[in-house]
Amino acid sequence: MNNFFDKSDLSRKDAENIVSDTLNNCDDGELYLENSKSESILLDDNKIKSSNYSSDLGYGLRAITGEVVAYSHSNEISKNSLKQSADNLQSTLKSKKGTYNHSISKTNEKFYSDTNPIEEKSLNSKLEILKEVNSYVRSKGSIVQQVTASFAGEHKDIEIIRSGGEVLTDARPLIRFNVSVMLEKNGKKETGVYGVGGRQPYDEYLKNDNWKKICDEAFRIASVNLDSKPAPAGEMKVVLGPGWPAILIHEAIGHGLEGDFNRKKTSAFHDLMGQRIASEGVTIVDDGTIHNRRGSLTIDDEGTPTEKTILIENGILKNFMQDRLNARLMNTRSTGSGRRENYRHVVLPRMRNTMMLNGKYSQDEMIKSVEKGIFAVSFGGGQVDITSGKFVFNCTEAYEIINGKIGSPIKGATLIGDGPSILKEVSLVGNNMMLDPGIGTCGKSGQGVPVGVAQPSILIDKMTVGGTQL
Amino acid sequence: MVKDQDYLKKTASFCIDLAKKLGATNSSVTVMHSISETVNFRNKKLDESDRSDSLGLSLTTYVGKKKSNISSSNLSEGNIKTLIQRCIDTTKITPEDEFNSLPDKDLLATEIKDLNLYDDDHISNDEKIEYLKEVEESAFEKKEIINTETSFSEIKSNFILGNSDGFLNGYKSSSFSASCVAVAKTNGNMERDYEFTSKCHLHDMARPNQVGSIAAKKTIKKLGPKKIESKKINIIFDRRISKGILSTLASAISASSIARGTSFLKDKINEEIFSSSINIYDKPNIIKGLGSRYFDSEGVKTKELKLVDQGILKHYLVDTYNGKKLELKSNGRCGGASNLFFEKGSISYKDLLKLNTKSLYITETIGHGSNLVTGDYSVGANGFMIENGVFKYPVSEITIAGNFKDIFKNITLADDLEFKYATNAPTILIEGMIVAGK
Repeated sequence: MNNFFDKSDLSRKDAENIVSDTLNNCDDGELYLENSKSESILLDDNKIKSSNYSSDLGYGLRAITGEVVAYSHSNEISKNSLKQSADNLQSTLKSKKGTYNHSISKTNEKFYSDTNPIEEKSLNSKLEILKEVNSYVRSKGSIVQQVTASFAGEHKDIEIIRSGGEVLTDARPLIRFNVSVMLEKNGKKETGVYGVGGRQPYDEYLKNDNWKKICDEAFRIASVNLDSKPAPAGEMKVVLGPGWPAILIHEAIGHGLEGDFNRKKTSAFHDLMGQRIASEGVTIVDDGTIHNRRGSLTIDDEGTPTEKTILIENGILKNFMQDRLNARLMNTRSTGSGRRENYRHVVLPRMRNTMMLNGKYSQDEMIKSVEKGIFAVSFGGGQVDITSGKFVFNCTEAYEIINGKIGSPIKGATLIGDGPSILKEVSLVGNNMMLDPGIGTCGKSGQGVPVGVAQPSILIDKMTVGGTQL
Repeated sequence: MVKDQDYLKKTASFCIDLAKKLGATNSSVTVMHSISETVNFRNKKLDESDRSDSLGLSLTTYVGKKKSNISSSNLSEGNIKTLIQRCIDTTKITPEDEFNSLPDKDLLATEIKDLNLYDDDHISNDEKIEYLKEVEESAFEKKEIINTETSFSEIKSNFILGNSDGFLNGYKSSSFSASCVAVAKTNGNMERDYEFTSKCHLHDMARPNQVGSIAAKKTIKKLGPKKIESKKINIIFDRRISKGILSTLASAISASSIARGTSFLKDKINEEIFSSSINIYDKPNIIKGLGSRYFDSEGVKTKELKLVDQGILKHYLVDTYNGKKLELKSNGRCGGASNLFFEKGSISYKDLLKLNTKSLYITETIGHGSNLVTGDYSVGANGFMIENGVFKYPVSEITIAGNFKDIFKNITLADDLEFKYATNAPTILIEGMIVAGK
């Protein structure tokens, strides 16, 4: 376990006392301590462009009474600093009185091991792989104009001290390996990006020349786009491929089912609990318990063990994702979804690994059923307006479908839809569920956290495709 | 209190000296400290208070043409020593890059003219609360408003940049900002919009009732949107959106995109990329400017650049490393543009709305649909249909698409430029974009 009090004039006992004194008259809160180490190494334009190592240490003290959250953080772990934070919290909550909720569930299960991916592989061998990636991709031909490849690794120790001295800890590894390729043919330039990652050492993803598959995939996507024609504009049928395209679910449905937006009644879903919001056959879960996945957590950032939360079961809205604050105010329990980017940020209810479960149709059946539409295989980023429910995402690999057959690749286009109604337009759910490769980062209120998504292929009867061909 | 220059200078010099002792041939370091206090209000009640105290350093060491970087928020002497040693060890095994170097000494900033970027005023959380109460009261004067979230932030920062060529300089800055997000509802349709004010100086902030009433008005106007047919149409970008054209330009003309060959504006220097009426400036020395700076993030002096002169691209945004690659001198744009803006146009806002019998006025775009390699653009959007200069009805769930190469050449600027952000543009008419809807 990390000792946050080793080189400080603040002893563990002092910290526990300040926490208990500050939080005694509050409903909830904790001292969150974090020590993270991270590295990033980037190869670009035939050279190692940067190698960065970073160490970050700090705490955040949080007190909650009623609906009011008071937060203070600093990277100076000292008696003075913590006392100043405590004073600050007390001055915000001076007129409020609460009753501390001591109950928090415990777990012995761990969903990843305590390994530091940065130290498990030497810098030299990482530099070596990046150089190999560069020459391997460039050997594919003179159309390769640019290759970018990167390693990003992190190890984060956290400790949560609650009023009364209860302590919860976690140690979280996280890595990502990414390759981007730009091709040029006949004056036309296109890029392809692919990557992998999760909460394991790099070699779990890169062994047996696995990195070549990642390069091949980035190269393949760029090649497909070189032959792409302008995308159509207007409403049509859309078949989404399995895996990563599930960021549609993340944007369209996931955010709207986070507890805070529903408590505040700013989500388009806030009054739809128990009602049908998706076609029959559509079941969506948010699961923090899949071993070694990017979005998995042993405990969330409030100390609650994570779980597999059923959000939509056979089309019916069953649960929102909750942290302790929103759960208390909505008279329900935390689903272990309380997360923060780091000690500089307050906890918010967030997604972990959001997944649509299998149905019974094959992808071929879906494509055959479409007269005119598009088949979207991969996406870049997405975004949602929680209140109006409108969401978008950008295709990075897509094809037209004509008379039940996959046709030419089409240029990157934005798809736009309406969150509350989109799942009612899902007419077929595939039997080929796939997890994404482990590359997602979700942004909310300026905080980025690692997440995962999964889904089988699905057929959406009506979506607007934002191309240029009328 | 934000830490003073002496403390930051001492830490920076300690790092530079230690790096040299441990074998670095060159080094540069930034030490920064900031304190921010934020209060959030929701539906006329206190929701959150947040105090942030952040100290950090970032250090780059060079051994010949090899380079590596570390950063940390733990500034204890022991930790700094460990990290610098690690940084130098890493540097030694990182491959050489002939373009790695500190900036040319003769380009480093020497004179500092005060741009008034720091306001020592402090506004207590109780006073912030008073301001936000007034914001929300103004917003709630409209009965359609069912929810408001408001926020007031005060940030004080200080930093020092030092390098082994003797550069050691930095300055304080401050920021005061308040925002109001309002939600309105009718017949089961909910819409959200916002207004904000952000200034270096407390007393330059907009009045709270202004922030609240504008947010409410904008939100209510969006209620009951329609989806329109897919078509080719002239589009007007509200000032919130039009500045995005400049952000895209800035990314596409950054020396790094140009050197890597991944920009649709590669090799376009001295070519006409906008129509000939368009002039674009990047001006780092605006008094109290939100993008103002005395030198760039390498210490290189900055001066005003006319990036686009009568439609012709005149400069890239050049830093030291990519400049050497392109055989260009740094023009003090490491870290990007400063106060970037279009020279205002000659037609009034009202007349711009009337230029076409029908146009689509865009107030919000969502998604990340700009491809800098190809210039392709496709984003989700909402806004209003305008007929004969009059706002007819709100429009949502559509996309707009085109290519920046065409967009740049088909824009008309209104004369309503104001300096609300670091990057600013007047209202812009773009001819012939594709809308996808029904």
